Amino acid sequence: MPGLRFDLRDAPPGSAALRREVRAFLAEHGRGWTPEVRGRSWMGFDRAFSRAVGARGWIGMTWPRRYGGGERSALERHVVLEEMLAAGAPVGAHWIGDRQSGPLLLRYGTEAQRMRLLPAIARGEAAFCIGLSEPDAGSDLAGLRTRAERVPGGWRLNGRKVWTSFAHLCDWMIALARTAPAGEGEPRHAGLSQFLVDLRLSGIAIRPIRELTGEEGFAEVTFDNVLLPEDALIGREGAGWAQATAELALERSGPERVLSSYPLLAAAVEVAADPVPLGRLVARLATLRAMSLSVAGMLEEGRTPAVEAALVKDLGGAFEQAVPERLRDLLDVADAPEELRRLHACVTQVAPTFSLRGGTREILRGIIARGLGLR
Amino acid sequence: MSATHDADPGALLAGQVGRLLAARCDAATLAAIERGEWPGPLWDALEELGLPLALVPEAMGGAGLGWQAAGRVFVALGRHGAPVPMGETMLAAALLAAVGIAPPAGPLSLTANGGERVPWGRHVRHVACCDGETVALCDAAGVTWTPGANLAGEPRDSASPGGVVLRVAPLPERLGGEAAASGLALLRACQMAGALAAALDLAVDYAGTRRQFGRPIGRFQAIQQQLAVFAGEAAAAQVAAERACRAVDRHGLAAAAFEIGCAKIVAGEAAGTGAAIAHQVFGAIGFTAEHPLHHLTRRLWSWREEAGTERYWAARLGREVQALGGAMLWPFLTARDDQDPIP
Ligand SMILES: Cc1cc2nc3c(=O)[nH]c(=O)nc-3n(C[C@H](O)[C@H](O)[C@H](O)COP(=O)(O)OP(=O)(O)OC[C@H]3O[C@@H](n4cnc5c(N)ncnc54)[C@H](O)[C@@H]3O)c2cc1C
Repeated sequence: MPGLRFDLRDAPPGSAALRREVRAFLAEHGRGWTPEVRGRSWMGFDRAFSRAVGARGWIGMTWPRRYGGGERSALERHVVLEEMLAAGAPVGAHWIGDRQSGPLLLRYGTEAQRMRLLPAIARGEAAFCIGLSEPDAGSDLAGLRTRAERVPGGWRLNGRKVWTSFAHLCDWMIALARTAPAGEGEPRHAGLSQFLVDLRLSGIAIRPIRELTGEEGFAEVTFDNVLLPEDALIGREGAGWAQATAELALERSGPERVLSSYPLLAAAVEVAADPVPLGRLVARLATLRAMSLSVAGMLEEGRTPAVEAALVKDLGGAFEQAVPERLRDLLDVADAPEELRRLHACVTQVAPTFSLRGGTREILRGIIARGLGLR
Repeated sequence: MSATHDADPGALLAGQVGRLLAARCDAATLAAIERGEWPGPLWDALEELGLPLALVPEAMGGAGLGWQAAGRVFVALGRHGAPVPMGETMLAAALLAAVGIAPPAGPLSLTANGGERVPWGRHVRHVACCDGETVALCDAAGVTWTPGANLAGEPRDSASPGGVVLRVAPLPERLGGEAAASGLALLRACQMAGALAAALDLAVDYAGTRRQFGRPIGRFQAIQQQLAVFAGEAAAAQVAAERACRAVDRHGLAAAAFEIGCAKIVAGEAAGTGAAIAHQVFGAIGFTAEHPLHHLTRRLWSWREEAGTERYWAARLGREVQALGGAMLWPFLTARDDQDPIP
């Protein structure tokens, strides 16, 4: 397959010791986590927990020290993330900042933006959300309508974002908005820019949206003549699409695209009546972990493995969704112990999102098909 | 790792094997084996590359390559459906050498207990027979073979009892009592990864050229999405196979049974999915004897049945995991990979 290789990576040196440290930390903090907390994992938001993670130096691990980072390798960070996910830790309050907002600022932000925000993210204090989707712009993101106009001293923002995870609980949003109409004959994604939006500014209304689970995990955010300061622009005016696309490669490539339903799998091991479906799932999992680590290694080398990331997310999401379904071959869920039943109920309900958020299954497969030269 | 990829002796050798097979292993050669003809010239050409002794230590006159290097060769053999027992020969030679028996020249095969059908039995000179405790070098010429075949037409022959045993030696612990079975499972997993890559290439190519409704069928989203699924499965099979080879290099055949099982399961699942998609993309032409696709897909269907089906390995893995318990599954999985890199 031209250009599509997943070279095996070795786990970073010292990872066994690092895993032990994280496990001890999680054992202590995870005592009270209900099946619903563990089942939601990175879809759970717990500021106190995120501050504790930050205090251990496990947020912004790869960033330079002067921004509060730990100057560790991307593979060491991968190890920590895996441990958090395997335990079903509620990492949502720092996940976005660590995964994409921080790296975006590191790459495109001004020195002042970095100094102001990165240390706070690394301490687990500044929570970020992703302002991409809009009511009429889902998969077809370039059709977004939120606009930012230049005004004296800054920008005026108008429009609406939707499905924004934890917007009602976060401090900052990085929003993609139109700053110029795409010119005649230009692609639609010209004229977009990224902005750092302080969610306390006046003119912003945030309405939490209730999920089918009953939780309020995402929100609708309306901008009504919001005045953003001059330095709210991230990177270059008009370069928003390229910047957001690079961000998406980070959003798609992590171990949370493989391990979201791991706690459920682990909980079913002992009670499984049939080892065969269990063995199949474990074989997939072991392979997907290696693929995910391989993508982390490519990112560490400074490559942008967009197709590889899409492929691992597609396969990983299918695996994550197979866990609650296959489990029903493993044992009679209706008769399972209560903890397991609740975990199964929780993962069953959130499982549809595994092939939606971060790019739907169909969009990912379109990216893979382009990688194969079919489009 | 990509940085060292070019210098990797396995990659170099696999490249040579690939080029040779691309030139020499055509549809006529593949059809001939199904009529029982032995492709002597092809065997000789592959033998000249030094493949039979690739896994044999240098001290015993071999190339001393590791399993990751050998794995690349197995993948190349699978990619072309090479109709010779070269993978079997490499495995048998490795097992014999590991117990101190100098591997004899010529094609070899191996068997776990003699009861099952021996790959290429009637065409080989010697068979390495592993009964769980010993490796025996058996003379294949003195045996009466009852010819059989898998559904791809590859020879799978039964031996009459009472063959001549030339030498016997005890199996060392690092190989384990299941050395032949594990080695064959690894070989088949690698071959499937190769055949999947080849079938994917064929299907993508065809989707770009076959036109219906005024455009290449590859422009239809339904076809694109199917091929994307195929690409995912093929990539997973490849990674699983490489991971298993790495585990054998690190821990020996016996202790790598977990990764070998994973590879056989993942490749076997990918074989089913990938073959089905390939045939869907090719339409009727792919169902003909004349079209080369079936040389790959029938091998995929055969190899997933051999050396332990997905079900066999999944039951084993599942029981192993159950014996560990749910709380220990994660520490187990991570410990399998958290090795300090081999220098
Ligand atoms: C739990 C959750 C959290 C989220 N968090 C965020 C967030 O924090 N920030 C954010 O910006 N967004 C977020 N999203 C939104 C997410 O990114 C979108 O749901 C996703 O991009 C799809 O958009 P859509 O929901 O509008 O579906 P649509 O784009 O309308 O798609 C509906 C269906 O049509 C298919 N489809 C669309 N176009 C094509 C095509 N060209 N070819 C084939 N099929 C097509 C899709 O694959 C899908 O199956 C979140 C979503 C969920 C479920």
